[in-house]
Amino acid sequence: MISKNYRLGMLIGFLAFIGTAVALVLIAFEDSVVFFFTPTELQSKQVNPERRIRVGGLVEDGSTKRGPADAEIRFKITDGNTTVTIRYIGILPDLFREGQGVVAQGYLQNAVFQADEVLAKHDENYMPRNLASAMNK
Amino acid sequence: MHHISNMNRFFCIANAILPIFCVVSAGMFPVGLYYALIESPADYQQGDTVRIMYVHVPAAWGAMICYLTMAMASAVFLIYNQPLANLAARAAAPIGAGFTLIVLVTGSFWGQPVWGTGWVWDARLTSVLILFFLYLGYIALANAFEDPDRGGRAGAVLALVGAINLPIIKFSVDWWNTLHQSSSLWRIRGPSIVPEMLLPLLLMGCAYFSLFVVMMILRLRGLYAGRLLRQMRIAAASR
Repeated sequence: MISKNYRLGMLIGFLAFIGTAVALVLIAFEDSVVFFFTPTELQSKQVNPERRIRVGGLVEDGSTKRGPADAEIRFKITDGNTTVTIRYIGILPDLFREGQGVVAQGYLQNAVFQADEVLAKHDENYMPRNLASAMNK
Repeated sequence: MHHISNMNRFFCIANAILPIFCVVSAGMFPVGLYYALIESPADYQQGDTVRIMYVHVPAAWGAMICYLTMAMASAVFLIYNQPLANLAARAAAPIGAGFTLIVLVTGSFWGQPVWGTGWVWDARLTSVLILFFLYLGYIALANAFEDPDRGGRAGAVLALVGAINLPIIKFSVDWWNTLHQSSSLWRIRGPSIVPEMLLPLLLMGCAYFSLFVVMMILRLRGLYAGRLLRQMRIAAASR
């Protein structure tokens, strides 16, 4: 008869082993686990230009420019240190606006990020409209 | 034989608290939904879409609490061989799967207008999908054996290995860049959600939690009755 303490010890040891293995895998594959790179990471990382990646940050104030093609838009996103210009043709999500977080998917070409999908990233702040406008005054 | 007296003592308590949780759940859902859908203000960015949160977030809490229950019961069953723990883990699994399905579906409904997509493979969404598959895997594995104890033990190992997913779900939004926002409630600097929106969220949390307790007790009763029936059938067949 295997004692209860032995089973408890085995179980804790087993879970610690599996937990360490999972943690090592997640750390090793961090580049695949992250949903997007920040502009700073994009710059320092030497990403293969063929590879489709996502880059995320805040849309810089006053950086949005329309045209020349239909539905073409260029804007800059920033993480506070580095900015990257994004070019996108298509319909933007409703929450897209300057100062708002976005994630763009595409590839880097001649220092301009050619996006084929732009998603809005919602932050963790929840408040009614009147409070938000009062805070901006 | 002491197992049976244990069971009887447990069901004495469970049957006593069941009506309380029934009343709380039946009362909290209408009140919570009234505050969530009518009384609380629209969000400054999302508008009325924010109301999905009041169904989505408490379901996510429920899914996590349910898995925690299942994992702890599995540990108790593996270590102490307590039959009640096996039943508790089995009782929790479909409830958790249901909660997780609600989380995934309502999250997708929210993501479509707000993010611009109903699904992305970011760390939070993927780890919650894995949680759903862990529940389904547990149900399949625990019922794959003729002997419920053997099935329970196999399922318990899966449930415990899968418990590593719980901290990954919780901290995924802090450890990695994700599209999913980080927690508005469990923050060092206090909640980043205004009180009039926090109130319906907490009311719905109470409603979901009491519903979880009610469903747990009802399922435990059913599973225990099934277990007794099985024992009687085996006894009758071997006579």
